[in-house]
Formats: sequence, structure tokens, C-alpha cells
Amino acid sequence: MGDPELRPADWDFIAARRRLESKAKSAGDKLTSVEDAVGRIIDGDRIAVGGCLFSRTPMALVREILRARRTRLTLVRNLMCTEGEFMMAAGAVERVMTAWMSIGLPWGVSKIMRHYVESGTVALEEWSHLALGLRFRAAAMGVPFVPSLTMLGSDLVGVGGMKTVVDPYTGEALAAVPALFPDVAILHVHRADRFGNAQIDGYPHMDADIARAATTVLITAEEIITEDETRRHPDRTVIPGFLVDALVHVPFGSYPHECYGLYEADYDHFAAYTAAIDARGPQAVLEYLARYVDAPATYDDYLELFGGERLAQQRALARELTA
Amino acid sequence: MNVTASELLAVMASRVLRDDTTVFAGVGVPLLAAALAQQRHAPRLTMVIEGGIIGPRIKPGRLPVSTNEMRAGHRAQMLPGITDTFLFAQRGFLDYGFMGGAQIDQYGNVNTSVLGTDYWKPKVRLPGTGGANDIASLCREVIIVTSHERRRFVPKVDFITSPGWLTGGDSRRRSGLFFGGVSRVVTTLGMFGFDPETRRMRVEALHAGVTREQVQEHTGFPLLDAAEITETAPPTPEELEMLRAFDPERRFIG
Repeated sequence: MGDPELRPADWDFIAARRRLESKAKSAGDKLTSVEDAVGRIIDGDRIAVGGCLFSRTPMALVREILRARRTRLTLVRNLMCTEGEFMMAAGAVERVMTAWMSIGLPWGVSKIMRHYVESGTVALEEWSHLALGLRFRAAAMGVPFVPSLTMLGSDLVGVGGMKTVVDPYTGEALAAVPALFPDVAILHVHRADRFGNAQIDGYPHMDADIARAATTVLITAEEIITEDETRRHPDRTVIPGFLVDALVHVPFGSYPHECYGLYEADYDHFAAYTAAIDARGPQAVLEYLARYVDAPATYDDYLELFGGERLAQQRALARELTA
Repeated sequence: MNVTASELLAVMASRVLRDDTTVFAGVGVPLLAAALAQQRHAPRLTMVIEGGIIGPRIKPGRLPVSTNEMRAGHRAQMLPGITDTFLFAQRGFLDYGFMGGAQIDQYGNVNTSVLGTDYWKPKVRLPGTGGANDIASLCREVIIVTSHERRRFVPKVDFITSPGWLTGGDSRRRSGLFFGGVSRVVTTLGMFGFDPETRRMRVEALHAGVTREQVQEHTGFPLLDAAEITETAPPTPEELEMLRAFDPERRFIG
């Protein structure tokens, strides 16, 4: 439970580097099934989730982790949304590390987060938004910490156990934001070629840093492009294929969350989901998981629950906003 | 003209923003305040949103409910990513930062994390800092915008999520925070600042029809007084018209 001490696995840059050195960094084909991709995750893993809140959430991978009944996970995400609630209700996580958790203003404070955190069932380790970003950045840089001016003086320092460091030049004490090397990164991107060279439109969020920080990288993509397309626009690649372990082609792979320029988040779906929680508490999430995670055998079956008309409508809304 | 609490807050907060500046704005009232300032008196104001957005033009009727969805970045000038957006603030490019909170104390410290004394088993778990701690640590000036209620204005917050002046005096600087600090608290009752020595909250202006006694009644700690307490000018028809145009369905302005 409450554990103010940093875990060496978080910031041990030497061990993190050794893990990469002993791993194949292949330029080969990464295309596979979502089941095979998620098969690389084991109970107890620390999983960093790409996107932010209800933007570009790797929903197909989240769904498969739940289907695989993984447990004792630590979930790390800068702003956590319904995917965190699913993991809590399913008993998949024992700890979440985040700066903020709920869905958004109209739906109030997450009752699911409140239920599991207030009862002490799940530990919520809170870091500031920038501090979490810098934890991934430090890991992406391969160093044990980066100095920063944020989070000092607040009670957040004691929650995560952040230390300070004396600047050798000015003699001032700065925040020493510790690296965070996740076991696995799960990300959803706009497009990638079959080798895993990945492109993101719109908000980059923290995905590029997360991919570099993690040992194992699992990606879903809205679209699979040809090698030639990658080579014609190499400036658009934000994650190089050699650090990607598995790639799955999943159109609408974030739904009902949004994917920039492609489809807007389904606010009505959030409203119905939270209304059910208001009425029946965590039981409503279990019912939701039975209907949206367990029952549909494939992701296409899952999308059919929303209906083609709805998906087309969300596409039109996104185009209108980003035109 | 009837003015809702959210409209009053948005108008009063917008007036604090000067032209040729930058502002870190969250969704809801802060975003409306920034958009209103930009349209009315500060056309060279740049809005920055923590989802990784610089210079958006909010689409009327399509207001974002989170800081990192497509709506928040409508017609933006740059989408630098979240970490790099906050690093603009750390570098010193952000003049103003807006924040709200479940609890605010007399030194402008804000709690958006937990109610109760045991962080790991709280009485009430709140959503958390998001970027508020970073905004409070890194912007040149922090402006708290909130409804004014006694349960919110407490002598001491249960948990310091976002540092104000900590325990007053020079405690903020001594904690390692070199810059910034809370300059203004904009509430449904008036405008507040901080004594430059003790850093305790003081009354600077009251909204029309609000008395000094009324403000104290709604505050859980003794408020100091500025040398002169003025009265704010009520929202003008022009301000309200502009503000309402952003939110025709009145989802945020109430």
C-alpha cells in the first residue's frame, strides 16, 4: 500500500540499459494479433499507457489485457480515464501512478477511483503532470533523474519520495525528478509501417518518450502504411521501428476515446457509463466489462456495439474540428 | 441583467489578464476568461493549454471538457506535446496561470488531491493535481478562480497539491521555488491578494452588493484588508454578450 519510498526499478538506469542491450532491436516485421502482442505482458508488470485522458488511449490493448486477466499491474499514465477505472474494477491493478484521474468536467470526480482508493484497495501515487512527463523523459534519455523547478514545497514530494539535488554550478537545490523505466509501453498511433515505424498526428502527448523509456513496446495503429510511404516522409516518424516489439492494425483503436483528426470522443457513451455507475457503483463497471470486453470476441465485434452510424458521425465531428 | 456565478468569475478573471502576455488556462471558466480577454481587451494574448496546445481559437459551441482533446486545440498555432508545453513555463514564458481547488488556505495553497489526514487511505479522493502543481510552481503569477464558500476557504489545507506562499513570509523561496506565487484570488464575492510581508490573504475589492462582513462569514480564516478596498464594476453587457457567444448552450457559464 502506501509506500513513500521510490522503487529502484523505477530509476535504475543501469539495469534498464542492460535490459535493452540483451534485447533484439529488429528492423523486421512486427505485425501481429492483439492477443499475441499482449501475450508479452506478465502479472506484476509496470505498464505505461500512451495518449492522455480520453485522447489516443490504446483501448484495443487495454481491452486485451483485461481479457487476458492480468493482475498485480501498476498502471502509469499522466491523466487517467476510463481505462484506469476498468483496470481497478477488474482487479487488474494494485497501483496507479498519475497526475489526475476522472473523465472530465461534466462527469464529476470518478466514483470508481474514489471507491478503490479510499478503501485502500488500489494505491494512487500522484505526481505532477510535468514531473511524470520528466520521469518518462529522464528514462528516454537513459539517465537516473533530470533536474527541475517543479513540485517543490508541495506535499506531492512526500507521496512519491522525490529527492532534491544540489546544482554543482549555483549551489541551489533543485528537484531531482527520478526516471521511470516501465516494463511495457502500450500506445495507439495514427499510422505505422509493418516494421513499426510510427507516425502520430495532432497531440504527441508523451508517447515518444514512453516508447524510449519502456523495455517492451506494443503499438496499435489506425492504418498500416507501406515502407515506401515511411521513406518518403521520414520526418513524420516519431517512434523508430527498432524499438517496437509488436504492432497491430486496429482502426478505431481508441474508441470511445478520441483519435486526433479521425474521430471525436463519444461524450454520450461517457454519460451513459457514468449514469450506470451513479446508479449501481462498481457493479456497473463489471457489467460494462462483460458487455464490451468479454462478450465481443474480436475488436470488430466490439465496434459493432457502437454501430457504424455512430462511428461515422464521430468521424465527421473530428474532421470538422481539425479541417 | 441576471449574471450567473460562473459568468461573474469569467468576466472578473478576464479583466486581470493584460495584453501582450501569455496565460496557462484550464478548461471551463479559466478558458472562457482567457478567450474573453483575447476578444475584448487583449488581442495579443496567447493561450496555452496543458494538453500540449499553443494559441488555440476556441470554437463557439464546441468548448472542450478536457485540456487534451481535439476541441481544446481548435485552430492552434502549435502542438508541442505536454512535457514541452510545461517546459515553456519552467523557462519563464508563461505570465499567468489559472487554477481552482477544493480547498484554499490563507497563504493561497491549494488542495485538489485528498481530504483527510491519511494520503493513502483518504476520506475523499479528489482527481489530483493534473498540471495545477506545475502551474503554481512555474508561472510568473498564479490566479485562483473559485466560488467563495466557507468549506473551501480553510485555515490549513489537508494536503498541499499546489504551492501558494506555503507558510508565509519567505517560506516559498526557501522551499526551492524561485519564481512566481499566487497574486490574485478571484471569487464570487470579490478580489483578493496577499500581504507582501506575511503573504496572508487580504481583501482588495468587493463585487457590487457584497459587504466586508459577508466575505468574512464565508471564509474559514481571518482575512486582512488592503489599504483601500474598492468595488468592482459589474460585468458589462458587452462582456456578457461576448462570453455567452462562446457557450450558447450554457454548459459552462451556468
